[in-house]
Amino acid sequence: MAAAGKISAVSGAPAPRDVLALRLLVALVILGGWEAMSRSGLFYGEVVPSLLKIGASLAKLLVDPIFYRNLQVTTLETMMALAIGAGAGITTGIVLGANRFMMRAFEPYVYYLSPTPRIILFPVMIMWFGVGPGSKIALGALSAFFAIALSTAAGMRQIDPILIRVGRSFRANIWQMAFKIYLPAMRVPILNGIRLGMGTAIITVLLGETKLSNQGLGYLIMQIYTRFDMPGLYALLITIFVIAGAVNALIGYFAREKA
Amino acid sequence: MAETFLRRRAPEIFGVCVIAASVLVFESLIRGGVINRYIIPPPSDIFLAFERVIVEEKILARCRDTAIEMIIAGGASVLVGVPIGALLYRSKLWRRAMEDWIGALAAAPIVLAFPLFLVLFGRSPKTIIVMGFVHGLAPIILKTVEGLASTRSVLINVGRSLKMTQSQMFWKILFPSALPVIFTGIRLSWTFVLITIVGVEYLINLGGLGQLINELAERYDLPGTYAGICFVVLVSVLFFVILERVEAWLQPGR
Repeated sequence: MAAAGKISAVSGAPAPRDVLALRLLVALVILGGWEAMSRSGLFYGEVVPSLLKIGASLAKLLVDPIFYRNLQVTTLETMMALAIGAGAGITTGIVLGANRFMMRAFEPYVYYLSPTPRIILFPVMIMWFGVGPGSKIALGALSAFFAIALSTAAGMRQIDPILIRVGRSFRANIWQMAFKIYLPAMRVPILNGIRLGMGTAIITVLLGETKLSNQGLGYLIMQIYTRFDMPGLYALLITIFVIAGAVNALIGYFAREKA
Repeated sequence: MAETFLRRRAPEIFGVCVIAASVLVFESLIRGGVINRYIIPPPSDIFLAFERVIVEEKILARCRDTAIEMIIAGGASVLVGVPIGALLYRSKLWRRAMEDWIGALAAAPIVLAFPLFLVLFGRSPKTIIVMGFVHGLAPIILKTVEGLASTRSVLINVGRSLKMTQSQMFWKILFPSALPVIFTGIRLSWTFVLITIVGVEYLINLGGLGQLINELAERYDLPGTYAGICFVVLVSVLFFVILERVEAWLQPGR
């Protein structure tokens, strides 16, 4: 620790201990400020509930079987969305990345459509796939597709040309090239694309559930909101944010490990 | 001349032709009854619905509503984000401590908290604006810090040799040098803001373009819904292209 501090001092970077202390201080100020607001009586009813109430709701939520049942539904929908989005995205990315003609013909459409608000396509998804999990899976898959396709295409263009020449000199067919050369060389961009795609898929699946569903965590959010159970709403949102952050960090860790 | 143009632009022309052919295939499949027209209306009906949606649904007023929310939320993100970024740049300790948290804020599914914002700010444009602002803040802070930190040391040394004050140093050296990177942050931020604003408008059925799609879908006006979605997608793409062009203009070397 002392050695680390010494190195940090020499390089001009702050010591990790100081960074941790500042983070704890900021967290304490935020939590203290929240509690003070809660007790001040300035806010209507339970809009800013006390930390104790949120903590109690969190504990209650984490032992509630209803939460796990809905979590299971959302997880399944997100995983299916990601699997479909990743399959289509990686295939499209390889086609766009491997062929300059196809890149110029179609990549601008994928690129410029990627930052559009996908949730507005939900009515179309409902018409195509019904009000059940199908519409949420389709919307999630569509969201994941763009990030994964663009990341794969970019990764494809960064493959060392020597590797491609080696494959061609061995007369590898298109499938051998895809599975023996392209995919192993693109692990990191694909994993990064999946990380981004997973993030957008989780959000769109949950938003779809808040709009029209009778199961899933999005549906649970709306149920709690309708009951005006504010500590419960905070607890559920915190839980969802932690799960989304943990999944994001886990895929990011794998991407770094593979780099 | 025309032949050279065709040869040079062959991929783009091919892309447009494939899309046009797909539209024609859909048109014939729907008209031939292979695809149910009550699920996917014929593209020609969608095209004709554009005029109706623009005239009858007061689309200009809706665009104005969304644009006002966008300007307030996006403007507030810049006005708050850039100074926070500049402050973080001044202190290495604060920067190191807060950058990860701000990065986490950028990745957090904030839009999911819309019921919470509804309780806090009511079912009004305030909710939409505050959500857009919160979502747009993190990229600007991060890119401001990055832009200021990437100022070339030779420029800073020139400022020091001219004995500039801290304020002169910031306004004459650091800020102009960081501006292109800050604009990248603004582009990312405003893209987030637009997505959030249209998304929340749709989810809470209030405001401009997002509400339009919700209303058309609830009326089961299929060609209108598809036309409305196409219109919003076109507006988003146009907005994104304009931001990208401005960014490219600010970074001519890239």
